[in-house]
Amino acid sequence: MQPFTSLTAPACPLPIANIDTDQLIPARFMRRPRSEGYGTFLFHDLRIDADGAKRDFPLNDPAYAKCEVLIARRNFGCGSSREAAVYALADHGIRVVIAPSFGDIFASNAVKNGLLPAQISEADAERLLAAGDMVAARPVSVDLASQTITAGNQVLSFSIDPVWKKQLLNGLDDIDLTLGEAPLIEQFTAQDRLARPWAVPAAS
Amino acid sequence: MTERPPATLIDKLWNAHAVTTREDGQTLLFIDRHILHEGSFHAFNQLRDRGATIARPDLTFGIADHYVPTRAASTAANPEAAGMIEQLARNARDYGFLSFGQFDPRQGIVHVAMPEQGLTLPGLSLVCGDSHTSTHGAFGAYAFGIGASEVAHVLMTQTLWQKRPKRMRVSIEGTLGAGIGAKDIALTIIATIGADGAQGHAIEYAGSAVRGLSMAGRMTLCNLSIEAGGRLGLIAPDETVYAFLKGRPFAPKGDLFERAVEDWRQLSSDADAVFDREVVLDAAGIAPTVTWGTTPEQAGPITGTIPDPNEIADENKAEAAREAIGYMGLHAGQRLNDIRIDRVFIGSCTNSRIEDLRSAAAVLAGHRSRVPGLVSAGSAAIKRQAEEEGLDRIFRDAGLEWAESGCSMCVGMNGDTVPSGERCASTTNRNFKGRQGRGSRTHLMSPAMAAAAAVTGHLTDVRSFRAE
Repeated sequence: MQPFTSLTAPACPLPIANIDTDQLIPARFMRRPRSEGYGTFLFHDLRIDADGAKRDFPLNDPAYAKCEVLIARRNFGCGSSREAAVYALADHGIRVVIAPSFGDIFASNAVKNGLLPAQISEADAERLLAAGDMVAARPVSVDLASQTITAGNQVLSFSIDPVWKKQLLNGLDDIDLTLGEAPLIEQFTAQDRLARPWAVPAAS
Repeated sequence: MTERPPATLIDKLWNAHAVTTREDGQTLLFIDRHILHEGSFHAFNQLRDRGATIARPDLTFGIADHYVPTRAASTAANPEAAGMIEQLARNARDYGFLSFGQFDPRQGIVHVAMPEQGLTLPGLSLVCGDSHTSTHGAFGAYAFGIGASEVAHVLMTQTLWQKRPKRMRVSIEGTLGAGIGAKDIALTIIATIGADGAQGHAIEYAGSAVRGLSMAGRMTLCNLSIEAGGRLGLIAPDETVYAFLKGRPFAPKGDLFERAVEDWRQLSSDADAVFDREVVLDAAGIAPTVTWGTTPEQAGPITGTIPDPNEIADENKAEAAREAIGYMGLHAGQRLNDIRIDRVFIGSCTNSRIEDLRSAAAVLAGHRSRVPGLVSAGSAAIKRQAEEEGLDRIFRDAGLEWAESGCSMCVGMNGDTVPSGERCASTTNRNFKGRQGRGSRTHLMSPAMAAAAAVTGHLTDVRSFRAE
């Protein structure tokens, strides 16, 4: 997976709570293989109306065309487990989402795709959202090692699970690590077969 | 001999599946059941990229539900669905696991049909690339939804690295009023603690009102854990669970079943186990509950009104309410009971089991629906049973469409959608903007409440409806 260390890029404010994954990508767009790209689907129905015209939505503002950071209110990414929500963000070029809280499954999916879910306090989120200078000309800096966000003259700290932090910094993939545990898994399975003989499905 | 400290059921299940724990606290959990639907193709593509195989095809089961057309109209509206369903069947053949396809008599919505087959058991760990996997906690299983990368990890290793969740106990004590069920309990919990109230937590549901629920009710309650932000929701197993499981095709049989029940009886939280958070609700205080906004936390008793955002102290919540009221085409102070509907949907992994259909049919019997609507049974087996009981006639006579089983109008990706601007009384789990189709407006409620709304054409208190 793609590592994340730090970036300096424009940030787009989305002063909305409970942005669910159906908003991030409507379900009807999830058929295509990832290799074909999901970026155009990001916030599709909030950005584009039924007639194909652009709606009044921050990401449609040319000032945020090159944003790589989103700032939102609490419970970002709640709802369905669709990893396509992260694909849409990542393929659109978003590398960091800053919010007071995240849907658990979304945050886990994000880390697995090199997208940083940076958690800040509600007060700090409001401070960032209220800062009028976060446009293309005034990028924000996000540094994972020091867990800081620098926006103009404000320096805020964010929190992240230490395991996720390490994974993001190193671009580590779980699978290779797990395959190395194969003997332990085998041992567990053998013991468990005796302890819980009913746990395997009966032959139907 | 040292005594073990008191533990919650959540921790007992966690410990029973821990293969190893790293220095950083992450635990490798063994997964007893891995369930797949059509959306799993992303994970299989990851497998192909690695040239990997499936570790335990015998613990892996597929089912077609998300893209399944439930009627001729959905097939026409969704010509690509067949390809999605075939893709799952092809992956099942290529990787050698059992999958219930569109026309299999065992087909159904994953969280309805798998328990029906006896694949969900107390004490198991179970995952699926679907957030409503929490449903299976109704059996006392440790069941949670995962993303595509995690699906790929489970396919390759039959394990998953996880961080131990915090524990929350939600106790519902007392007796529920007539006409009030698990859906009302769940919506009341979410309205009380918020759509992120259980974030980072696993929930154990307890209390006399929970004990009194049928398996269908328990599944509805656990299903909606994710709408409160919970990682999972579960209920300690008891006789209701064992009676449901006995004789199911994939459940243990004969002596092994008796042995299993003996083990399952040990699955409960110790009396003095400590939870990180406790929520207690009085069952008698729960009314038929409906959502009025665009997140499940925007819900209230049917006897209430749309809140006035100007009177909401929290500025962000006021703004969210204002936005939701605008999207939903409502106004502050409006009585919930007065909200007219355009359509009704009865189905989804939340409320499509035989008990749900019976409760809707009991309200609809002898009446015509004032609005068009769709009824989609949770599985092919439930559909057959409902037809044997004559429930399909009640729905048809009321003017509702009786469809095949699938995720249908809950997820808006299979051709069954609510047209833009229309308002749907729905037994589903999410009232998000556009969830049931672009521009759709959803009010979540129980099957009995949806049926009552169909008859009157507006949101209706099923208690007074019955009294009429």
